[in-house]
Order: sequence, then C-alpha cells, then structure tokens
Amino acid sequence: MFAYLVKRFFQAIAVMFVISLISFAIQDNLGDPLRELVGQSVSEEVRQQLRDELGLNDSFLKQYGRFAWNALHGDLGTSYFFKEPALTVILKKLPATLELVFGATLIIIGLSIPLGVYTAIRPNSLATRVIMGLSIIGISIPVFLTAILMIFLFAVELRMLPSYGRGDLVHLFGYWSTNFGSWDGLKHIFMPSLALASIMLPLFIRLIRSEMMETLESEYVKYAYAKGIAPRRIWFVHALKNTLLPVITVGGVQIGTMVAYTILTETVFQWPGMGFMFLEAVNRVDTPLIVAYLIVVGFIFVVTNTIVDLIYGLVNPTINLARMS
Amino acid sequence: MSLLSVRDLCVKFAMRDQNVTALNGISFDLDRGERLGIVGESGAGKSITGFAILNLLSKPGYIAGGKISFDGEEITQMDDKTLRHLRGNRIAMIFQDPMVTLNPVLTIGQQMVETLKAHRRISRADAEKISVMKLREVYIPAPEERLRQYPHELSGGMRQRIIIAMALLLDPQLIIADEPTTALDVTIQADIMELLLELCQSNKVSLILITHDLGVVSQMTERTLVMYAGRIIEAGKTREIINDPQHPYTQGLINALPQQTRPGERLQQIPGNMPGIASIPKGCAFHPRCQYAVEVCRTKVPDIVNLGPVEVACHEVQRMNVAEVLA
Amino acid sequence: MNSIAMDAPLTRWQRFKKSNLVYDFRRNPVAIVSFTIFLVIVLASVFAGLIAPFDPYDPRQLDIMNSELPPVWQSGGDDLFLFGTDAQGRDLWSAILYGTRISLIIGICAVALQAFIGISIGLVAGYVGGRTDNLLMRIADVQLSFSTLMVAIIFLAVSQAMFGTETFNKYALFMLVAVIGIAEWPQYARTVRATVLAEKKKEYVDAARVLGFGPLRIMLRHILPNSISPIFVISTVQVANAIISEASLSFLGLGMPVSQPSLGSLISSGFDYIFSGSWWITAIPGIILVVLVLVINLLGDWLRDVLNPKLYKG
Repeated sequence: MFAYLVKRFFQAIAVMFVISLISFAIQDNLGDPLRELVGQSVSEEVRQQLRDELGLNDSFLKQYGRFAWNALHGDLGTSYFFKEPALTVILKKLPATLELVFGATLIIIGLSIPLGVYTAIRPNSLATRVIMGLSIIGISIPVFLTAILMIFLFAVELRMLPSYGRGDLVHLFGYWSTNFGSWDGLKHIFMPSLALASIMLPLFIRLIRSEMMETLESEYVKYAYAKGIAPRRIWFVHALKNTLLPVITVGGVQIGTMVAYTILTETVFQWPGMGFMFLEAVNRVDTPLIVAYLIVVGFIFVVTNTIVDLIYGLVNPTINLARMS
Repeated sequence: MSLLSVRDLCVKFAMRDQNVTALNGISFDLDRGERLGIVGESGAGKSITGFAILNLLSKPGYIAGGKISFDGEEITQMDDKTLRHLRGNRIAMIFQDPMVTLNPVLTIGQQMVETLKAHRRISRADAEKISVMKLREVYIPAPEERLRQYPHELSGGMRQRIIIAMALLLDPQLIIADEPTTALDVTIQADIMELLLELCQSNKVSLILITHDLGVVSQMTERTLVMYAGRIIEAGKTREIINDPQHPYTQGLINALPQQTRPGERLQQIPGNMPGIASIPKGCAFHPRCQYAVEVCRTKVPDIVNLGPVEVACHEVQRMNVAEVLA
Repeated sequence: MNSIAMDAPLTRWQRFKKSNLVYDFRRNPVAIVSFTIFLVIVLASVFAGLIAPFDPYDPRQLDIMNSELPPVWQSGGDDLFLFGTDAQGRDLWSAILYGTRISLIIGICAVALQAFIGISIGLVAGYVGGRTDNLLMRIADVQLSFSTLMVAIIFLAVSQAMFGTETFNKYALFMLVAVIGIAEWPQYARTVRATVLAEKKKEYVDAARVLGFGPLRIMLRHILPNSISPIFVISTVQVANAIISEASLSFLGLGMPVSQPSLGSLISSGFDYIFSGSWWITAIPGIILVVLVLVINLLGDWLRDVLNPKLYKG
C-alpha cells in the first residue's frame, strides 16, 4: 500500500514538472512583459536596463528556476488585465467552477448508475431502447450546443430559468461563495450543471451498461444463480461492485475532459469561473494569467487523478495485497 | 421412487436463422445416494445436461421438451421462485474452474454466508459457525481466517475445496459436479476426488459427476452414461462399461486410454472429430467415425436398447445381440 | 481419382456482396437510413460548389441590407435565401454547404493522421515488445489522460496569441487537423497493439519469419490485415469525435474563422442573436451538425455489432 502511494506521488511530481516546464516555455515566448509594464514610449536603453533588472536576459534554466521557485511559494505572476496576482484572480473564480463540476458530477453519478444498471438488466424493454436512443443522441450533440439549446428552451421561450451568471450567492467561511444556498442560486446552477453533465452522462450510462452486461455473463454470476441467490442481490452486490471498478478508472480519465468542457459551458452561460476567465485571458493575451491557469489546472488534474487511483486501490481487494506481498 | 428422473430431455439453441439441437432425448434415473457419471468428449452435451437439470441454461439455450422430475416435483414447470428454492439448497452445483467461480471482490465468508441466508432464516453469526464447520469437513486449515480472505489469496485446490464446502452448506440431496478437477493440477485432482467421494458417501448425497476422464469415473461412480453429440449412446454399471464396453465409441474411448497401450506402441485414437452442434450427421451421429458402420447406420438413429447389464444405442450391437439370442 | 467440380473463384467484390456485413446491413433499417443520410450530406458538401446558390467567401456578394433574414418559410423570408441569412447578410444555406465540407475534411483528415501515427506506433510496440513497448504505452497512457480538447484549446490558444489572429486564420485548417490528429493516436495504438500481440502468437507469423520475411513486411502484409475490423469501428467514432472537437474549438473562436466558417463557427456567430429572435443562424447549422455526427455514431455502433465475433444473435 505504501509503496503504491509513493510511486503515485513521484509520478504526480513528474507530471507537474513537465506541465510547469511547458507553461514556462509558453510564458517565455508569449507576449512582452515590458510592453505591459511601461508601454511604448520608453527608450531602448531604459528597456534593456529594465530587462536586466527583471532578469529577462538570464539563461532559460535560470529563468525557469526562478519561475518554479516562485510558483512553489504561491507566486504565479501578476495578471496584465486585472493588475492583481494571477493566483488571487484564479482563486476568486475557483469556487464557481468547482461548484459547477460538483453539480455535474452529482447528476452524472445519480443518473448513470441506476440507468446503466437498469439497461443492462432489462436489455430489451422499451425504456431501455428509449434510454439508449437518447444516449446516442446525447453523445452526438456537442456540449455547447446542448447549452445553447437549453438556454433557448428554458430561458428564452419558457422563461423559467435564468440564462447567464451565477445569481444570488451565499457566502461561507469568508472565502467561498456558493450557489447551493439559495433558490435563485440553484436556478442559476441547474442548467450549466446539466449541460456539463450532458456529454459525460451518456458515456457513463453506456459504459456501466456494457460492463454490467459483461459481468452478468461471468462464471461467478452464473454460480451465484446456481446457489439460489436472489436476483436483486446478484445485481447489486455481486455484479455492481465488479462493474464499477473499471468505471472508476475511466471516470478518472474523464476528469481531464471535464475541465475542458467547463471552458465551453462557462463561455455559453457567462459563468464567472476559471474556464471563462481563461478564454478571456487568451483573447487579451494576458500571459501570466494563461500560464497560471495551466499550472493550477495541471495541479488539480494531477491531484484528482492520484486520488482516483488511490480510491481504486482501496476499493479493489486484488490490488492492495498485490502491493503488500 | 428415484430422486431424479429425466425423460426425453431436449435442449435447443436459438441461433440467428435456425434452432440447433444440443440435447436429444436424454433419459435417465438417479436414486438417492447413488453416484452417476456422465462421460463424453467436449461438446457432447454433458455440461448442458447438468445445467438443464437446474434450468440454468444460458441464452440462447432453452429446454425444448421432456421432463425433469426431482423428488416428485417437475422442474420444467417450476416458476423462478421455486427454482431458486431448489438451487444451492436441495441441488448444489460445483463448477469447473475454481479460479473464476468465486466472486473476486467478495470474501469467502460473505459468499458462504449469503448461500445460507438465501435459504434459511439464520443470523450471520450462526451462518459463519456453520461455514466454519463445513470448511473443516473439507480439511481446510484455519477455517475462521479463511472467511475473511478473498479468493485470489488462495490456491486453486483450496478454492475448489471451499466450493465443495459451499455445495454441502445446506445438506443437499444432489450434487452436480461439472468437471470439478479439470482445471486443477494433476497432483491435486486425486485429493479433490477422494474428498468428494468421502463426503458423498458419509452424507449420503447423490452425485452426478460430469467428466471426460474415464479413470475418474471408474473410481467415483456406480453407474455411467456415455454421451455423444447430444445423445446417450451407452448407459449402465460403471464397472460393466469400463470392463466390457459395447458401443464402438465407448470401446474407442477405453482403447484410447494410455493405460491400454504398451510402452513403445502408438496410442489408439478414434479417427476424426465429434461433429459440432450444427453439423450432426444423419442417422447414427457416430457413423462417419465408426469402423462397423453399415447402411442402416447412415439413415436411422439407433434407439437405446436394454441389453442386460447395459443399455446401448447401436444398430450393430443390437443386431449381434439378437443373433446371439437366436443362436 | 474423383473429379471434383470447383466453383470459379469469386472476385473480391462478389465476396463482399455475399458477406455477413452486407447481409446484416440490408436487414437493418437504422444502418440503411444512417448510411443514406451520411452519403447525402457528404455528396452535398463535395458538390457544394455546384449546389450552393451563393459563394459565402466572396465579400462582393454580401449586402448588409440582407442581414438577419429569416428562412423562406417564415414571414419576412426571401425566396433567394432558403435558410435565411446571418448577421453579415451571407446566405445560410451556402454557408452550411461549404461549412459542412470543411467540418468533414477536418474530421476525416485528422482521423487519417491519428490512424497513421497510432497504427504505426501500435504495430511497432506490439511487434517489438520489451522496453520499447513499455515506453510507448506509458506515453500513450499519459497522453490519454490529458483530454484532447484541453490540449487542443491550449495549443490553439497559445498559437493564436503568438502568431496573431490573421496568420492564425490562414493556417487554421491545418492546425486543427494537426492538433486533433496528433492528440488522439493512443486509441489506435492501443487497439492495434492488442491485435498484434494476439496475432504474434499465431503460427502464420512464425511461418513468415522462417521464410525470411523481414519484420516490416510481416507487420504490414500479414498482421495488419487481421486488425482491420477494430480499426474500422474506432474510426467511425473518432471521425464523429473529431467533428465535434472541431466544432467546439471553432465555437470558442480557436478554430475556423468566421470568414471561412465550419459548422462550429457558424453556430458561434449566431449565438448572440438567439436572444433577439434570429434563431436560425445557430439552430440550422446546429441541427445539421447533430444529424451528421449522429448518423456517423449510429453507423459506428452498427459496425461494432456486426463485426463482433459473437456467434449468438438472438
């Protein structure tokens, strides 16, 4: 168990290192920090002097070293646009994105497991056909289109739900602002979460369904039937756990995709989260913010992947002992 | 009255454009405490017979006709609930490969306790006590510890013992063992077989032993059925069949045993292969491989006829028998 | 000696017509309809030059007075413009035809690139084995966990910021193909590698080796043909995904520019106008996009079911 942890830890560090290297390379080549600081009307001499002072004429390695050192201390540069430390800007937007992801995950887990299991147990029922049909349509509609469709339907035509922004927020612990504290907040977060979930939901339903169907064909399930165990127990105790194991692995991989989709969703709903911020930063060529975003997202990504791997190792009995022996 | 009575059992597979017959007119009886062997090559239909008794056929197989009577009740007419009551409880099964029979994510204890709880009102503590007791009967060391372990922590031989213990948990009247040692090391096979024999004898449990191994059958069973291409072609006391096989196929099987060949000689094989389900020849299914085949063998399926110590389904054998009687 | 009459050997085409694939296709209404729709869309986009009443890339044909006209079946619509016009007065029908062509080109080329890279790597990894295999699969794993969309967004965003919008738009098509093509090779690599590992054990590979065939020839002429089925199945899904990815990227402004729009950029250009009532600029390209991807997905599903060597179809 311990060896496994250590190995994953070093893997995480290695990945972070690569991400930081790439991010720094981007920063080095993108935009001119001098221009942002002092504008156009400064003489060449003064420019060079400033470059020296800022350490911009140092070697790549030295600059990278400085960059990494600063990053580890929480300093990811200053945003050109916001004129604030980049990390601060990101942290302000973080709750919005995290809550969005949380809402989407709730929907995905809450729906995919029961629907996936049901379509596996009753493969020929009408309900199954409907669900599978909707799934394939769901996969075929890109996230942003689903979002647009929802806005059009619920906000423009039916006027039931708001079409942009976070709405009324409830503030917690001085830092966090949540949508889940008020009715208005919930109305605002509903559509974006649903849109974000809409691509992953069909994927998970199909995945759970196919894994479940395969598990139901296995020898140990047949044996459970031969022992006279009730079908309910066979489905939910014998089959489900085996089914969910590979789903956990896939789920981990999908986290990366989820992050990309937040950018799309936030853009459509004008949701003031990290993704929207990133896109605006790209349009404004706000390099420090772009780079800071990459590092933060990379970090979140690596952490979540490691946690998912850990959960998998804990839940799967065959893994633990393989490590210990 | 016999414990199990199978009459004219017919099992078919619903394939895309046609239905193929896997079992054709299987009939046999089994008394209480009796041990019956079902022998044949892979694909003969032995396992299907075993599964059919519990109505456990996986799609697209289904019981197309016939009767299966267990302790007076008709299995083919039973609804799911009654069937479930039967399975694991009064009829237990032992599967072939212990490496895949047990659920890898549940402990041994969980899998044993659930079997008990499925059929009796019993507390978990009591169920565990019974499980430990049964584990002792199959000579598993430190049984209480085993309950907490997962299948992958145990060897193949141990797993099969546990499965045998699970089969005995509810004191069944019949155990159907489908090739219980094929997937095990040769050295373990004998142990497991001995264990099974001992338990069946001491608990007075009927046994249907499905195997391709004639040696095993001769040690374990009192009567034997020989199957070929979905039919029974010879049936009778095991001793008789082994010592004096009547059907050409059975003779071929016995002759093919390595023990029958002297060192340095070639092993005697039956030429050809058993036909697949979808391509069973007309008439006697064995006729393309049979050295005694005559015209009638190609056209007419031989009935199984009682010839004293054994029953045989072969035109030639019947003809010779009639000739003897007349002579 | 018996004289055995032999049938004349069937040609490839005749064998194909008799095959399981065609048999199943004929009996499957979903497959037939999907394929027909797909064919119609592809042909329409290929012959866009002949079908489209206007050239959406020609600024001289644009008249700002024509902007935001609704489709012909709504009041205010003009007979000239079947699906109405966009904010710049461009005929939506023509724009959709050309746009679909771009979306398809990007989708298919990107997948061709992915397939080429992935199959090559998969063949090498599977055949050579050992440390090379380990290394390549490690890289594949890491790449798989970074979602294509994320990598594409970053790459294109950075490129756009570095090269400026004008240069970027000139090369947008190639960059999209490159990014989507390079990012998704692991799927192919893994599948091909699995097939290679399975086939390597078979006797015909040993036979070929004994006959002195070099590894390249064995890989290409003997092993590869046996892995065609899974490659086909993956390819359909990948084309669908590539089209969606490109649409998403164009929607974000990181893909095809509005002057040379794909379906994604068309949808994006119309987004702001749904609130003011001009729903068709977004909706109609959107519907076409969904239908295109849907039929590709349906065909992919059907293909997977048919090529699956399961003897039971009850």
